[in-house]
Amino acid sequence: MNNGFLILTNGVSAPVADVPVLPMAPFRQMVLDAVLNGGARVAAFFVLPPENGGESRLIAVLAAPQQHQILVASGVIENNCYPAFTTECPAFHWFEREIYEQTGILPQDHPWLKPIRFQPAADGTAPAPGVTDYFQLQGDAAHEVAVGPVHAGVIEPGHFRFQCLGETVHFLEIELGYQHRGLEQLLLNGPVPQTPHWIETAAGDSSIAAATVYQTLIRGLSPDLPPEPESAGIWRAIMLELERIANHTGDLGALAGDVAFLPTASYCGRIRGDYLNLTAMLCGNRFGRSMWTAGGAALPIPASAAAVLRSKMDELRGQLNNALALMFDTPSVLDRLENTGVVTTADAASLGLVGVAARASGLKMDARHDFPLPGIPVLETVPHEPVGDVFARAVIRRQEIAASDRRIMDLLGLIREDLPAAPSVWQVPVLQPDRIAAAVTEGWRGELWQVAVTDANGKFRRFKIVDPSFHNWAGLAMALRGEEISHFPICNKSFNLSYCGHDL
Amino acid sequence: MLKVLQARFRQGFRTGKFPAVPPNLPEHFRGRPEITPDRCSDCRSRICLSACPANAVQMAENGVTIDLGRCLFCGKCAAACESGAIRFTGEYRLGAMKRDSLICRPGAMPEPEQAENPELRRLCGRSLKIRQVSVGGCAACELDFNVLNTLAWDMGRFGIQVAASPRHADCLLITGPVTENMLLALKKTYAAVPRPAFVIACGSCAVSGGIYAGSPVVHNGVEDILPVDLYVPGCPPHPAVLLEALLYLMGRKRGPIA
Repeated sequence: MNNGFLILTNGVSAPVADVPVLPMAPFRQMVLDAVLNGGARVAAFFVLPPENGGESRLIAVLAAPQQHQILVASGVIENNCYPAFTTECPAFHWFEREIYEQTGILPQDHPWLKPIRFQPAADGTAPAPGVTDYFQLQGDAAHEVAVGPVHAGVIEPGHFRFQCLGETVHFLEIELGYQHRGLEQLLLNGPVPQTPHWIETAAGDSSIAAATVYQTLIRGLSPDLPPEPESAGIWRAIMLELERIANHTGDLGALAGDVAFLPTASYCGRIRGDYLNLTAMLCGNRFGRSMWTAGGAALPIPASAAAVLRSKMDELRGQLNNALALMFDTPSVLDRLENTGVVTTADAASLGLVGVAARASGLKMDARHDFPLPGIPVLETVPHEPVGDVFARAVIRRQEIAASDRRIMDLLGLIREDLPAAPSVWQVPVLQPDRIAAAVTEGWRGELWQVAVTDANGKFRRFKIVDPSFHNWAGLAMALRGEEISHFPICNKSFNLSYCGHDL
Repeated sequence: MLKVLQARFRQGFRTGKFPAVPPNLPEHFRGRPEITPDRCSDCRSRICLSACPANAVQMAENGVTIDLGRCLFCGKCAAACESGAIRFTGEYRLGAMKRDSLICRPGAMPEPEQAENPELRRLCGRSLKIRQVSVGGCAACELDFNVLNTLAWDMGRFGIQVAASPRHADCLLITGPVTENMLLALKKTYAAVPRPAFVIACGSCAVSGGIYAGSPVVHNGVEDILPVDLYVPGCPPHPAVLLEALLYLMGRKRGPIA
């Protein structure tokens, strides 16, 4: 079924001329067939503008997890429109709204064609943020609750509209775009000295995941880069797991806080910071910023750091397990989490959810298993839960904390020698011209994709970031259907999606 | 209930002793940079200017200056510098009320800015209610501000609290470069804060636009939009940097030397 696609692996580039160019109808049929019948998922779906006249092309980057392959193909867009894929497969829904907003190219018969970021259109006109037609429930007893963009807590902005009948939410509509910084535009014609920092701040709580993917991508596009020491990849993988533990810990604490179970909320808030401090111990920054560059590590890490990290992990493990056991052993907490905010397996698959949310809805996927990075051990087991409620998402996070802990211990066992600082941490890598590469890893929310196409000068002609939140906001909206409005905070925390990672 | 009590004893007392003692900063923490004048002024390559991703390093008469309002504290200028003139120190007392105090010039590192503001001390000395507004922040500034609310830092012991509504706030703590799409919401939020309303620009994005300065859909920080009372450099500012700066805004003396 993969005939007709260009087949890539994680972080390996190919000449952009090798991407098959098909007329729209067979392209659409082939892509839909791969997604609906072939076990593939849409990883990225975007428009590649023509370089020297000619037609724009629609590029589909599909993840084929069973074969550990990345499938790429393109279809020619004629007359500035094409028949929408969403009508057959809802997982394309958000991508096609993005395409229409960014380029004005019309996905015909798209059921819900609205802006997703309220960014200026190609002709320069800019819609006012949040001003759009909202889905509305009609009737005397129906009411609408509008929240945001500025929320009551310390959190990023977004606008939520709940269509309610009494306490029951029948529909939640989420409007984002308030964090839109024009990131994809900034990345064009790169790389430049800012590029790795833009990548790291696409979603600032996933900086290490983003840096890992970018490293993989750049290595694929720049084969002349001197090889990294083996320990660089291992330390990066360790930091990726520290990022996962810290964020899952914080989110479980926040869930406890939202159901007013304060002991776990307090302890997890503190312990999350302690894990961030372990990252800072290695690189000076709690979010792992500026550590990974095209040449390797910005700072040396002595092999002796492995022993220090091991003992600190041992110390924190007991404290964290104790805090989490408290929460998971308390019936009044479980009562709030269980059967709340259910996303069924069928819905999760059809919407194309990824990461924690997908695994909690019974979908077995993890980029560390499906698309392993070179030199890093494959993640053997992928935990998944069938129910898809807030409790399942909490349980998955708890299991992943334990798994990441074990993984860090295993990875530390592979550290043999000091990691030297890269000799030229500040230099901008030189990329091969006219190539395409896609790279992915599993951030703590889910799979994080970057796709780059270089031009004749080796500069980014297109750089696509697909944050896991891009897929999963639709899952949160789905989780709220039929729920009480008072369940919104715990549903929201159980996903804890990124606004900036979506808005770019 | 018994388990909760057992856990309480097991988890122990974890609140740091800052500001009575210096904060516990990581070994590789990059605080205020120091520029050695002789080494810097003799340099011909000026490679640090092109190494800086944030346009923070600028030419000056006797060497270069580093604008902490733009700086990411990534250390690339120091790594690129061939004469060893730039060094990042452990100085974490970076918050300043004057924008110019964020410019690091060649020479001995100055004492952190000391501003006398009895009005601020009278109004906010023992209670500062903060409304946080993210206007394009990447979530790191927001998260490390949230950390001050955990028991590790417990900013409540200084009377600092997060207010859910701007109507209940003394000040806005703003993170992010101010996106076009948040401009109106930011202005409305500021208008809703009772006067006098103070403004804190937290992180290099909020101070200057940071690495997003120049994007057509952002406003290069808060400065041209609202009057800023406190600048907090960093990407993101370490919790110790932010807490020390907040206490300084409240009229307390600067924190202890790290």
